[in-house]
Amino acid sequence: MSQTTNYRELSLNGMWKNNPAIVQLLGLCPLLAVTGSVVNAMGLASATMLVLICSNASVSLVRNIVSDAVRLPVFVMIIAAAVSCIELLMQAFTYELYQILGIFLPLITTNCVILGRADAFASKNALAPAMYDGFIMGAGFGVILVLLGALREIIGTGALFANMDLLFGPAAASWKIVLIDGYQSFLLAILPPGAFIFTGLLIAGKNLIDAGIKRRQDALKEKPVKGSKRVRVTGHIS
Amino acid sequence: MALMRITSPHAHGPMSTTRVMQNVLLALIPGVIVLTHFFGFGTLVNIIWGCALAVAFETLALLLRGRPPLFYLKDLSAIVTATLLCIALPPYSPWWLIAVGIASAILIAKHFYGGLGYNPFNPAMVGYVVLLISFPLQMTAWSPPRGAGEVPGLIEALQALFVPASFDGITMATPLDILRQNNSLLIKDLWQQTPQFGRWGGMGWEWANIAFLAGGVWLLYQRIFTWHAPVAMLVSLGLMASLFYDGGSSASGGSPLFHWLSGATMLGAFFIVTDPVTSAVSLRGRLIYGALIGVLVYLIRVWGNYPDAVAFAVLIMNFAAPFIDYYTQPTSYGHSSEEGK
Repeated sequence: MSQTTNYRELSLNGMWKNNPAIVQLLGLCPLLAVTGSVVNAMGLASATMLVLICSNASVSLVRNIVSDAVRLPVFVMIIAAAVSCIELLMQAFTYELYQILGIFLPLITTNCVILGRADAFASKNALAPAMYDGFIMGAGFGVILVLLGALREIIGTGALFANMDLLFGPAAASWKIVLIDGYQSFLLAILPPGAFIFTGLLIAGKNLIDAGIKRRQDALKEKPVKGSKRVRVTGHIS
Repeated sequence: MALMRITSPHAHGPMSTTRVMQNVLLALIPGVIVLTHFFGFGTLVNIIWGCALAVAFETLALLLRGRPPLFYLKDLSAIVTATLLCIALPPYSPWWLIAVGIASAILIAKHFYGGLGYNPFNPAMVGYVVLLISFPLQMTAWSPPRGAGEVPGLIEALQALFVPASFDGITMATPLDILRQNNSLLIKDLWQQTPQFGRWGGMGWEWANIAFLAGGVWLLYQRIFTWHAPVAMLVSLGLMASLFYDGGSSASGGSPLFHWLSGATMLGAFFIVTDPVTSAVSLRGRLIYGALIGVLVYLIRVWGNYPDAVAFAVLIMNFAAPFIDYYTQPTSYGHSSEEGK
């Protein structure tokens, strides 16, 4: 491992090129299950991000004293401990949200993003980069979660930011924006099939943007001049 | 010159896709006439609006995918999808309901997967199921048949389509609903007390089913499809119904004749189950495919929560069709069945 960590590269990886939700397709279970509204998605996204930072930090600290043979059980126990802490915190401060998220909070333990980052990154890097990686991977996952929650909430109910008081206290109760009055709720978007369809659309959108970037880069490359010789090939470019 | 990618088989028979689809549309006419007679112009208005939308969405999808729209529109498959979906929808549906259904059918179920021939699920049934689970209220609002209530006229049908808020329609539970919710009356008494029941099945429904059966038999005669899947479906549905008929107690699921002539049975058996793209391919496979659809239709109708079951049964079996094909591969000519095991 090189001593100087490229934070720019890490950020780009977490948010876009290697986004855990729409490129690696990890942690689909919470992604599909709780993104019915923005508030649920935000709750789970922040919980996941905190767990990722804690677990990456702990794994990075113990990486030199844990042998390879037992590393996975050790990582899982570290993650489970972090998840339990977060769960207790949410139970104390955001009890209603804790009830809505239900089983998906303890299930963060089995979220592949967290074990994946612990094993692939934190166990090979120093504390600071490992924590930053946890943060940026959590952010990449969270952004997709919230985006999906917003899309499904708008199309499903015609409103946005409903029940935000569950997460941000009573002052946020008035944040709800009704975009379309008298909207017939479109149940499919809120039900599980909607999660699959919208995740697919997000992945397609990302691929479309990537293809556009690649086309622009290809256009910038120098074009061979007509009549010039090919390298190691006989004949002329026509 | 545009190089068109057309799915296999590439050998040309006298029946082009366009001709097949034309025949299917012709075979639907008697059923649509009967539905119009019993339920008014609602179905017809649905179909016209649905077909216009289908052509628009198909053109949009083809343009986005960089294909020549006219070439693919000419195969009429979008029109057939829209017609089948609109026949299944309740008459006097609002315009947006049909738009959402057609968009799901054409854009999601058909073009997301690569267009006609690549779709694993029947587009019309996908559209129907999307609507059924999203808008249960609108999707169960069937108007009463002629004889059991007033039938709205053409102007009212247009009003229901475009200004749904101002349309004051009357709706009634369908016979399948009444039968499922009945737990106190004997079948015989239920028949006498409820005006929606006809001679064998639901009033109006029985004649619509007979008309679709006639259209289906004509298609069979034209060799658009083989008899295997529809016959297997009807036989297994009949068997299930006779098994659980129990002589007509209050817990009875209804007679075989009632199930054959109610809801979307005949439309499903001859126009949906026989879809060449999404059904099993081998003849033995089609028998299994059709029979399991019949069983599922009965199970979902009698013990499920939805008004009709054909769409769900067909979609579940669409999933299973490749699996069925894998295990029912016919041995090719010149090879013994033992070879390769």
